[in-house]
Amino acid sequence: MKIEIRSGRVVDPAQDVDRVASLYVAAGRIVAIGDAPAGWTPNRVIDAQGLVVCPGLVDAAARLREPGLEHKATLESELQAAIAGGVTSLACPPDTDPPLDEPGLVEMLKHRARSLNLAHVYPVGALTLQLAGTTLTEMGELAEAGCVAFSQADMPLVDTQVLLRAMQYAATFGHRVWLRPQDPHLGKGGVAHDGEVATRLGLAAVPTAAETIALATIFALVRETGVRVHLCRLSSAEGVALVRAAKRDGLPVTCDVAIHHLHLCDVDIGWFDAQAHLVPPLRTSRDRAALRAGVADGTIDVICSDHTPVDDDGKQLPFAEAEPGATGLELLLPLTLKWAAEERVELAPALARITQAPAALLGIPAGSLAVGAAADICVFDPVAY
Amino acid sequence: MRNPQLNANGELTHLLTLEGLPAEVIRQILDTAEPFASIAEREVKKVPLLRGKAVFNLFFENSTRTRTTFEIAAKRLSADVINLNIGASSTSKGETLLDTVDNLVAMNADMFVVRHSQSGAPHLIAAHLNAHKRTHVHVVNAGDGRHAHPTQGLLDLYTIRHYKREFHGLTVAIVGDVLHSRVARSLIHGLTTLGTPEVRVIGPRTLLPTRVEALGVRVFSDMREGLAGCDVVVMLRLQSERMKGALLPSAGEYFKHYGLTQDKLAAARPDVIVMHPGPMNRGVEIDSAVADGERSVILPQVTFGIAVRMAVMSIIAGN
Amino acid sequence: MSTPASPQIPDAEGALVALAERMRAAVAHDAAFVGIYSGGAWLAERLAAMIPGSHAVGYIDVSYYRDDYAKSGLKGGAKRTELSFDVEGATIVLVDDVLYTGRSVRAAINELFDFGRPDRIELAVLVDRGGRELPVQADYVGARLVVARELSVVLSKDPGGTLSLAVEPLAGN
Repeated sequence: MKIEIRSGRVVDPAQDVDRVASLYVAAGRIVAIGDAPAGWTPNRVIDAQGLVVCPGLVDAAARLREPGLEHKATLESELQAAIAGGVTSLACPPDTDPPLDEPGLVEMLKHRARSLNLAHVYPVGALTLQLAGTTLTEMGELAEAGCVAFSQADMPLVDTQVLLRAMQYAATFGHRVWLRPQDPHLGKGGVAHDGEVATRLGLAAVPTAAETIALATIFALVRETGVRVHLCRLSSAEGVALVRAAKRDGLPVTCDVAIHHLHLCDVDIGWFDAQAHLVPPLRTSRDRAALRAGVADGTIDVICSDHTPVDDDGKQLPFAEAEPGATGLELLLPLTLKWAAEERVELAPALARITQAPAALLGIPAGSLAVGAAADICVFDPVAY
Repeated sequence: MRNPQLNANGELTHLLTLEGLPAEVIRQILDTAEPFASIAEREVKKVPLLRGKAVFNLFFENSTRTRTTFEIAAKRLSADVINLNIGASSTSKGETLLDTVDNLVAMNADMFVVRHSQSGAPHLIAAHLNAHKRTHVHVVNAGDGRHAHPTQGLLDLYTIRHYKREFHGLTVAIVGDVLHSRVARSLIHGLTTLGTPEVRVIGPRTLLPTRVEALGVRVFSDMREGLAGCDVVVMLRLQSERMKGALLPSAGEYFKHYGLTQDKLAAARPDVIVMHPGPMNRGVEIDSAVADGERSVILPQVTFGIAVRMAVMSIIAGN
Repeated sequence: MSTPASPQIPDAEGALVALAERMRAAVAHDAAFVGIYSGGAWLAERLAAMIPGSHAVGYIDVSYYRDDYAKSGLKGGAKRTELSFDVEGATIVLVDDVLYTGRSVRAAINELFDFGRPDRIELAVLVDRGGRELPVQADYVGARLVVARELSVVLSKDPGGTLSLAVEPLAGN
């Protein structure tokens, strides 16, 4: 099948391309950009005048709810949402039911995803069995089955001895450990940021220190071992500052932020709106400003959706009892563009945060429109979005 | 964002919190409560205002005291009162809060008096009723988690006004576990809305919420300093669980530094009034000499509570 | 303020004298005079002073017994009902300033019965303006007046205690 995407603004941060050109696809691969190949007759032409043509987006964190939580969503529904949002590759966290701590489960997931032929799915494997934080998983086997990294999802890893060993073991197979910086004790049971809003609303709270203490612990372990770590879902200004300093010191750390945290803050809880119940909690507008600036200056490498859809039954409850989470796959692109417009960030560096950078993080051949690459392409109307 | 407690005409249709209520609405409730107070002295302690109306006491958290005062208040308005004590076990039976509400509305409930252990539960119910345009069904918050206890706040305001006439020159101190107290939060909102110039909170740092000053209060750790020159002292109940969560070492040390004794009370003005939402822990937050002493207005608070709740119910049921 | 076809407004003090005259001959020696706030209350006090006998004065606020609560909600400014005598077995003259639809009187009677069972209730009004919506009649009337529906008849008291009647447009007209 020969496809021509004609006269769009081709933006590919990975190759430093930003010009109006046509893109030529054959047999599922990009065969040329700019001038048509010799003897070119397309089966299908997409008129991309006035539109942006970029690499298919790479979402570093999207929950697919399979296996185990099919009553909430299925692979099919979520992958449809992904491509509707321009996401062609995504990584899913291991907190399914059962968690992705076994090669068989990973293989099954990859197989199911492949047969649906929608977006590419890259599972992140569980770091410990059952995510319980005591016994290491067979990371070698899991890596072979297709895991691109290992994490504890949102489960705390209390025992620093186990954490250190897990980090070292993962490094043996060349993989990063993805960790959410969350102290297991501080703010246990908290559902909102520890500040004015939680005080007024009488909600149990999570202080910023829960994030900064965990970051400090992780950095100390990284310094000792040189193991690469990816920090998931930064939420505070102090957290961003700590990551900036760690990078300046040359520590091999990367980090991401969830797209909703670039736009909302704790005031958006309003009168106990459970839609705003997220993990990590939405913090103050000051924190939001620092996260936005952190993405702009590169301290934060990746923007992800943290897609965690919750149905009405899960949200129509008192705030603290409601399930945390928000849908994000279809919002990743428009909300990234909104952030870029508001922070006056150019399109290419903005798109890099959801294409090139997450592809590099996952170590996958995606996020680029190089000749010969798989034709995972996103075409969108920058004005409508 | 429209205030979920007011209808399209700006009239009170639910009572969820004192925060954000216009001062006139608060004053209207206090003024309406006054004549209701005299109904207790009649032979027939009833007026027919809510006759034929069904008031459901939806208590997800046990409280015989509060439930009883609401029941008395509703019955004095000639309402039919149905008590539903839904402990934690009911949620394990699978019926959600909103499903329970919908079922009761289908049974022609006119008013819900709700007490819940989660902050925001009454707001959820009111939002649900508003979304489904059930304008004739009203919600009264009888206490939600740590968030609000607006009828208690109102009866505290009524008590203060009864003894002190007005709020403009007062110094009021609230002592104790403000962190976990919905009573304190409601009273603070009510006092600041009515123009009380100095509202103080006194307690150890572990029992004060983060950024509590943002509510409009001055923070004191030393009780004598905090009580100096006070016109009103409100003592909060200290629950025994606080000793377990590493918030406090012992009741003994707490009483020594934050318990109200005659000696500490002497720092306040000679005509100070002492209040407590009840039930009291004698010897923990307040000693008996003060609780039963001449400056204490703790028992009148209870009587005023019925009149204030009658006022709230009759105002919102008519809107 | 101009009103359409101003009727002859009776002089309040004169009407009061006429009312007292009619009552003097007929009321029980120990009848209690219960005035409906506010105009009825002033009148009850004046009448007790003008009519010989032992007449306890009571005051009744009908706010909680009105029949328009469902439509208009609770109106503010309720005052305390004060009945210092025993309603049980009492002879009562209910006093109001203007008798119109009869609904306030109905509310006052219901309220009195919540205090006990009187032997007898009679009704004395300063002005009867007709327009009854309930089967209520006054036993003693000071003056009669016919006024259009859009107008209301109001009794006021000046600082010196002198009563006067006025006709005003209904609030909202």
